[in-house]
Amino acid sequence: MLYRESGLFKTSYAADQVIFPIPQDRWGILAILAIAFVGVPLIMDDYWANAVFIPFLIYSLAALGLNILTGYCGQLSLGTGGFLAVGGYSSYKLMTSFPELDMLLVLGGAGATTALVGLLFGLPCLRIKGFYLVVATLAAQFFIIWLFYKVPWFYNYNATGQISVVPREALGFLVTTQRADPVVRYLFVLSIVVVFALAAKNMVRGRFGRMWMAIRDMDIAAELIGIRPYMMKLTAFAVSSFYIGVAGALIFAVWLGAAESGETYGIDESFLVLFMIIVGGLGSVLGSFLGAAFIVLMPIGLKNLLVDGFGMTAVLAKHIEITAFGVLIIFFLIVEPHGLARLWQIIKEKLRLWPYPH
Amino acid sequence: MNAAPNKKANGKAETLLSVEAVSLSFGGVKAIRDVSFDIKKGEIRAIIGPNGAGKTSMLNVINGFYHPQEGTITYKGKTRNQMRPHVAASQGIARTFQNVALFKGMTTLDNIMSGRALRMKCNIFWQMLYYGPAKKEELEHREFVEKIIDFLEIQHIRRIPVGKLPYGLQKRVELGRALAMEPDLLLLDEPMAGMNLEEKEDMCRFVVDVSEQYGTTIALIEHDMGVVMDLADRVVVLDYGRKIADGTPKQVQNNQDVIDAYLGVSHD
Ligand SMILES: Nc1ncnc2c1ncn2[C@@H]1O[C@H](COP(=O)(O)OP(=O)(O)OP(=O)(O)O)[C@@H](O)[C@H]1O
Ligand SMILES: [Mg+2]
Repeated sequence: MLYRESGLFKTSYAADQVIFPIPQDRWGILAILAIAFVGVPLIMDDYWANAVFIPFLIYSLAALGLNILTGYCGQLSLGTGGFLAVGGYSSYKLMTSFPELDMLLVLGGAGATTALVGLLFGLPCLRIKGFYLVVATLAAQFFIIWLFYKVPWFYNYNATGQISVVPREALGFLVTTQRADPVVRYLFVLSIVVVFALAAKNMVRGRFGRMWMAIRDMDIAAELIGIRPYMMKLTAFAVSSFYIGVAGALIFAVWLGAAESGETYGIDESFLVLFMIIVGGLGSVLGSFLGAAFIVLMPIGLKNLLVDGFGMTAVLAKHIEITAFGVLIIFFLIVEPHGLARLWQIIKEKLRLWPYPH
Repeated sequence: MNAAPNKKANGKAETLLSVEAVSLSFGGVKAIRDVSFDIKKGEIRAIIGPNGAGKTSMLNVINGFYHPQEGTITYKGKTRNQMRPHVAASQGIARTFQNVALFKGMTTLDNIMSGRALRMKCNIFWQMLYYGPAKKEELEHREFVEKIIDFLEIQHIRRIPVGKLPYGLQKRVELGRALAMEPDLLLLDEPMAGMNLEEKEDMCRFVVDVSEQYGTTIALIEHDMGVVMDLADRVVVLDYGRKIADGTPKQVQNNQDVIDAYLGVSHD
């Protein structure tokens, strides 16, 4: 009787509609938040921040963004890398043009810019579906990367063609450059991701989530109940791009400290984030986190195991990693399209009935 | 859903919809040829005919999914050459489909809630907070939807993704989604097809209740003649895209053209 739904009688629809209706879920989330905000900072150093926690959180945010467009609204996109780049470069332009600007506003501006660019590329994508949409978003990806490479204004005419971060504060705390305390950088990213995840959860369980999913599941029927497919696809493009833009800005400003369009935000990133939502679970907020955790942590875990544990060469370990990746993607696509999030749900359902399986 | 008195007894009820000389073709295939008929407020109007007669196409014309080449559609006093889906939806035309068109990945509750799409207005920023007006709106509509769930007796499947439900229940959920729109005109495309006897009886009861309790006007496509005789106030019969009869169930049943059409007597 660890995990129970039955026996709880909800006395009102309001009680039924709280964000986590099952008390054990609520406690679980609170415990995770407590660990994340209080426990993890105790062990935080530059290695943990840069190799594990910050990339995990940022990729969770990017995966959330893509999940809104692809998992909820059903519009497959390979332009994620490009939109991450828009976030990164616009944050750079904002930071260098307005040195006084708080990092929170920089991130907001980067998100808004990316949302606009997302709308711009979303417009021609409204009338196309499936394969053609994938090709169009792929074109967006290459165009954006090319643009940031070709137009020196975007990188302030640096000789290197790179952008590098400058020291900036959020609410009085230094959060960028390697001078910033890893605990502060971690907590900064964590707070942002928590807020965005809550907002996403609220959107998808409400009116917009239903309309997006309606478009995904059957756009004709959606139209006949009065949902405007164009409007909903556009909002999905905009919201999704906003999330991805903020993630792109964090990659540049808080995680890596420097970026170069094709290197940092190439097509590999588009696939990586797509794999995250496939492995984690399409159309699931939790899945975005699970997928990001899996794909950020698996290479580290495998490398530790194979190279340090079994004494393999790094090259061989890398090959094994890539193979394992491919196998997993295929496994999830065929066997469990709802990903790790669904597996977790199955475990919960079993627990709910335990010890009486029927 | 405002309860309205049953208007069946009233012989000269207002016309809600009339279709005038409508023709529709797909390339060479003439799906509808010069068909006219009307639907009066509050009645249950059956559309029957053999396979491929053009019944579904007719509903598609009425709610703007197909655009006829000729003819006009007058709905609520406004005459148009063609309907548009979102106009039809916002003007109170709801429908169910011959092959269930639910949102398969969503739960029963979410499917029916999505029928409230046109009535929910709260902007995305409140939605992100799920607070204030967003929460209030969600609760109001949830209450309305729960009434439909009770009415259709589907409380137990509220949280189940509809893709996992048996066909009969899916049809019921689809009716629920249409009812959530509080339609003035409800188009039902073979709501009882593929059901067992018990499910059919339930569905008949729901259709009658919707008509009687809420005064909703219903256009119903149905193959089961027994059902049509029981439910319908008037029947229009299509065959090869033409209208071959129009009248009360009794009149239609005894019409020689109708008998021939159903027996497959060749014509042209
Ligand atoms: N989208 C379409 N494209 C081409 N032909 C179509 C289309 N929709 C319908 N038709 C044709 O129009 C004719 C009428 O079809 P419709 O589906 O309206 O028949 P129906 O009376 O609903 O038949 P059933 O009882 O089998 O459902 C058929 O010959 C069909 O092949
Ligand atoms: Mg049909």
